[in-house]
Amino acid sequence: MLEFLTSLPTLLHSAIVFGTVIMLGALGEILTEKSGNLNLGVPGIMYIGAIAGLIAAYFYEVQGGGTNQIICLVVALVAAFAASMAAGLIYSFLTITLRTNQNVTGLTLTIFGSGVGNFFGCSLTKLAGGQPGQIKVPITNTVFTAYSEKLVKWLDDLTPHIGLGNLLFSYGFLTYVAIAIAIAMWFFFKRTRSGLCLRSVGENTATADAAGINVTKYKYLATCIGAGISGLGGLYYVMSYIGGTWESLGTIEALGWLAVALVIFTTWKPIRAIWGAYLFGVLYWSYYYIPGLDRSSMELFKMLPYLATLAILMIVSFRRKPEDQPPASLGLPYFREER
Amino acid sequence: MHEHHEPLIRISKRDGISKPRAWGIRLIAVVLSLIVSAIIIYSLVKMNPLEVYASMWKGAFDEKSLFTQIFTFSFTPKTWYFIRDVMILACISIGLAPAFKMKFWNIGAEGQVLVGCIASAFFMINFAGKMATPLLFVCMIGTSILAGAIWGIIPGFFKARWNANETLFTLMMNYIAIRLTAFCVSKWENPPGSNSVGSIRYQGKERIGWIGDMFKNDNPVKFGNDYMWLVLIVLAVAVFMYIYLRKTKHGYEIAVVGDSENTARYSGIRVPNLYVRTMALSGAVCGLTGFMIVSAVDHTISTSSADGRGFTAIIVAWLAKMNPFVMFLISVLLVFLDKGASQIATDFQISEYASEIISGVVLFFILGSEFFINYKVKLGRNKKEG
Repeated sequence: MLEFLTSLPTLLHSAIVFGTVIMLGALGEILTEKSGNLNLGVPGIMYIGAIAGLIAAYFYEVQGGGTNQIICLVVALVAAFAASMAAGLIYSFLTITLRTNQNVTGLTLTIFGSGVGNFFGCSLTKLAGGQPGQIKVPITNTVFTAYSEKLVKWLDDLTPHIGLGNLLFSYGFLTYVAIAIAIAMWFFFKRTRSGLCLRSVGENTATADAAGINVTKYKYLATCIGAGISGLGGLYYVMSYIGGTWESLGTIEALGWLAVALVIFTTWKPIRAIWGAYLFGVLYWSYYYIPGLDRSSMELFKMLPYLATLAILMIVSFRRKPEDQPPASLGLPYFREER
Repeated sequence: MHEHHEPLIRISKRDGISKPRAWGIRLIAVVLSLIVSAIIIYSLVKMNPLEVYASMWKGAFDEKSLFTQIFTFSFTPKTWYFIRDVMILACISIGLAPAFKMKFWNIGAEGQVLVGCIASAFFMINFAGKMATPLLFVCMIGTSILAGAIWGIIPGFFKARWNANETLFTLMMNYIAIRLTAFCVSKWENPPGSNSVGSIRYQGKERIGWIGDMFKNDNPVKFGNDYMWLVLIVLAVAVFMYIYLRKTKHGYEIAVVGDSENTARYSGIRVPNLYVRTMALSGAVCGLTGFMIVSAVDHTISTSSADGRGFTAIIVAWLAKMNPFVMFLISVLLVFLDKGASQIATDFQISEYASEIISGVVLFFILGSEFFINYKVKLGRNKKEG
């Protein structure tokens, strides 16, 4: 037990890094689902965001010989966000304009996105020398993982045994951006007129349409921007989590599905995504820190985030509290003349 | 002063469309998607796309002419692999058909297949040679079907009883099944430390529990033995499902619930029971596919036994409009793209993930084409409707 307690700060640290990837993915999906679109293409979008950011950084930094840190940052962020939005646009065009089935389109986007990500990931690896993990974008990687050492040291000195500085402030800036996005999204949903309109589109599309809300515009914007945010999760994964390289192990796909699970876990509330993501991180990594587990029981421990999500899903449907339910028209197509 | 604003594009629902026209639109979509894929391929490898498509054909059916293969009934190994993969994909899709027809989004085929694999592998590993071979097969098939059915009943029950969202529920069940498979693999690993089960053979050499060797132990392994069984089983399942959905009372009830749950309830159909029953059937067929994967295809088990086909099958079932026989056609197309693109990857030294990009593009086009089948699109600002 003592062993476990002493490793608690490290567990929390890795949980927060892990959680940020799925938090970004989930936040984008919450925005999308609030408009009534159930986008199962999140894993694909995260792949696309990840590879676009990596390619942009690689070509600026390694091929172009650029050294400006700010440009590295902007190039990677913009590329990841734009490419993910483009993926969201494919999904939006098919489901909103061409009225295809959302589940099927989303799954196809996942296939397509993982193909794009891994294809260009492998091609880039080849370009970089051939061995997996040979892609290096040191400057961009530094920018994405940089933190104020002074602040960390100061807080660590104040709290010698826990190491609060290391626990709270030793992450790249995207970790805090993710939290900020969550809070901003809460504000948007609950305190702004457009947020209300968006929610009404997701709850009852026909009523929103009758009230004069431009349903198509809201759906398109929410889905594309949501995809952009999810894509940042992929970018965070390549830049911070694995240190600015590419691996085709399918990890992003697994994380993408975990992000979808997190959306359910949070019952579509952005603020809950913050602690929910970290909790998923703790659950996911707990097997690594609990002493005396053999490999097979580790596998059972990795089930925990999914079991937790299932439990929430069950509890939510037992209790039938209206504020915990999914958006009422989630997954349903909308065609004005079919009312 | 009163300016009348006319939209540039007008969309209206079609009353109906003749079958040849509908298939014409789909064909155009496939051709368009192949052209787009050709452009993508050309921009990537700078090769003549026609040559690339020839290479894809070779990847799926080998260099021997397909006609000769069919008429002499002697398929090359590659063609057998092709048939095998089509059968597995089609079988999972057939399993999804009843659930989808009742508008129950069973995204959980991946997990239902995997638990079927676990059940079969359990008997093959622990009881091969210890019980009579026919009994072994009965146990393998029976438990696989049972395991898949249970994995389907759980979300079905929660939907029926508490209206839990089935899309999300079945999605989570997949990941629980994947971790369960990983758990079993680490329990059964052979040799120890390899973290894989390896080819399951009784006493290291005998193929007990391999469906191709059900009656005699042929040496060497003949592809046809294993895969012919697949063809027979899957065709039987397809015929059964076609009749079940079209000609039975159960099938009719499923169709009514799919069209309108309220109508179903008013007409006295017990909707909750139907959810559970249909999900049991759906999961059972997926579980049976799991048995086939272990006994006829892989002869082993791993977390990638289902290999994402549980998800691909969702697309297949949907595109086929729940018609089991159309599912074979779409599976043929998808498996062809997959095998073909892998062949391009080896021939032109690009990453094999090109296959997923091409499949994605083709599927996007086919999905989009449904719009032009269901809706009429009018361009231009003509004043009067014709």
